[in-house]
Amino acid sequence: MARARKRPTLAVWKFASCDGCQLTVLNLEDELLALADAVRIVHFAEATSASRKGPYDVSLVDGSITTPQDLERIREVRRLSRRLVSIGACATAGGIQALRNFRDVQGFLSSVYAKPEYIATLATSTAIADHVPVDFELRGCPINKRQLLEVLSAFLQGRRPDVPAHSVCVECKLRGNVCVMVTGTPCLGPVTHAGCGALCPTYQRGCYGCFGPMETPNTASLARAFQAAGHSEAELVRAFRNFNANAPAFREESERHDE
Amino acid sequence: MTNRTRTLQVDYLTRVEGETSLTLRLEGDKATDVRLSIFEPPRFFEALLRGRSYLEAPDITSRICGICPAAYLMSACLAVEDALGVQVDGPLRVLRRILYCGEWIESHALHVFLLHAPDFLGYPDALSMAKRHGEWVQRGLRIKKAGNTLMSILGGRSIHPINVRVGGFYRAPSRAELEAHLPELRWGRAATAEALEWMAGFPFPAFERAYEFVSLRHPSEYPLLGGRIVSSEGLDIPVHGWDAHFEETQVPYSNALHARRVGRGAYLCGPLARFNLNFDRLAPEVQEAARRAGLSVPCRNPFRALLVRLVEVLHAFTEAIQLIERYEEPAAPYVDTPARAGMGSGATEAPRGLLYHRYTLDPDGAIREARIVPPTSQNQLSIEDDLRTLAPELASRSHAEATRLAEQAIRNHDPCISCATHFLTLKVERA
Repeated sequence: MARARKRPTLAVWKFASCDGCQLTVLNLEDELLALADAVRIVHFAEATSASRKGPYDVSLVDGSITTPQDLERIREVRRLSRRLVSIGACATAGGIQALRNFRDVQGFLSSVYAKPEYIATLATSTAIADHVPVDFELRGCPINKRQLLEVLSAFLQGRRPDVPAHSVCVECKLRGNVCVMVTGTPCLGPVTHAGCGALCPTYQRGCYGCFGPMETPNTASLARAFQAAGHSEAELVRAFRNFNANAPAFREESERHDE
Repeated sequence: MTNRTRTLQVDYLTRVEGETSLTLRLEGDKATDVRLSIFEPPRFFEALLRGRSYLEAPDITSRICGICPAAYLMSACLAVEDALGVQVDGPLRVLRRILYCGEWIESHALHVFLLHAPDFLGYPDALSMAKRHGEWVQRGLRIKKAGNTLMSILGGRSIHPINVRVGGFYRAPSRAELEAHLPELRWGRAATAEALEWMAGFPFPAFERAYEFVSLRHPSEYPLLGGRIVSSEGLDIPVHGWDAHFEETQVPYSNALHARRVGRGAYLCGPLARFNLNFDRLAPEVQEAARRAGLSVPCRNPFRALLVRLVEVLHAFTEAIQLIERYEEPAAPYVDTPARAGMGSGATEAPRGLLYHRYTLDPDGAIREARIVPPTSQNQLSIEDDLRTLAPELASRSHAEATRLAEQAIRNHDPCISCATHFLTLKVERA
């Protein structure tokens, strides 16, 4: 169809993940039709059976790299994409499945599958940026839809996305929450990247770090505060080792407390 | 009648959650080979849960699926509470049901309006469908949003809610927070009833199968949280009886295990199963709306699951409205759940069907062993059998048409492939 204005093309790709971050695109209920007007969604398997060959102006990549095939596929996606944005904890830090990186995967395979030889998998789950250059990483497990809109608008307008890199603590203060650490609740807010709006402390629980490390986090200091509040080394390891276990700052802090 | 052999090959099935391919070999009008190959990478959840705290099971397992996280949160909580010998009742259980209603609305609306309806109208997606049926796509999105908002009020956010814990919630919502959403829920109920009337006129292929339906059954509620596991062939067992009556086996072509009834074979869970086994538990006005849409029990046409999903959305709106109108804030947001050794099972009805969890806990609450059986694992054999039964119809069509119908037949069951690839076989293969 001939059109006066040429709309940029958008592709959405899935690697190892729960689908939640790409679902965030479909959860833009109020903006989805406008978005589809501003860009041409030309590849998005979860949403459409139509698919056009690249190159693509912007690719959103959801999920981590866990298989030999996906290692090949991400290189192809990179080759076809002018801009590549990885979205979510799996794509930016390996996700919850990166817990395997701390264990023996062959042992995993034989305990989970009766016939492990049928399964092709890598020993690790790693971020997209560990394999190909990435233009922007949007954090979160899951990502925040306002931030996703900001990132898409920014790339459409040819500017850098305005996504703050400060900690959840700042968001918590802006909401006027009483700090949950005051009552001894362990909270990763001081070292965790903003983006959720300080949800967990607002619901009276400690932040569990689903947005991964903020820029220059002081994890050692926070670990000392946990210890002072009586939390064990094992609890510290588990706190840093969850949805962003393989993000360097969290991985290193968890390893400092691992026997 | 044709004797030629041909292969329908779908390398990447679209409009489902996750990665799967289909190979279907037709000889004349018989399907000689049907393989739904799930190549979604395995994520090893059961293995990585070992050694984690029992309190972490809901948050971690919710990451199995971004489309039905509440189902994982709820099944994990019920299983852990069973292991601890804790009962969660009263307003806390009411809140759980409201959260789950939100998920049914959001997940079913996603499937019905954005993923499946385009098949019946001949579009590749809802965005192209919007050019002709914009009003319905917009309504579908608003219905979906009403479900997501309900989840956000209770859970903090709709994908991977943060407010659910073993024993209840971190913070119970106030009456006012829930009541503020009532007008939108009432709009959603009315809009869903209209959508049901509209979609009742869709062209549904005349196709039926004699499934064994499996779902939960509760003494007074349409099944969501717990109850007994029943089937259309007379099965009636407590949830912890799952292991004795069901088994999972591995096949070489798929990363997902296949579940079957011990000694019987394929069965079906999900909306059709719930509807057929629990029609009498639907709200009376929802039963009436279902009848007006031409549905009756038993409904054995999987294509009509589209309508049954809308009936369930209607029920979820109706139930959420009633529960909110009667909601009384709990004295505490959760009941205490001190650690102890034990084994427990829990099952709830994810939008796609029965979701079974079982945990063994050490005395300090560390998870020693976990088992998770999602609905898509249970439905795989039935999906393949559907395609086998559909073979004569497929054989009579052009390659492109046959491929489209085969894909639509798979989408009937809203398979969630992301859920399906992390099973744990407990049986050791013997030489």
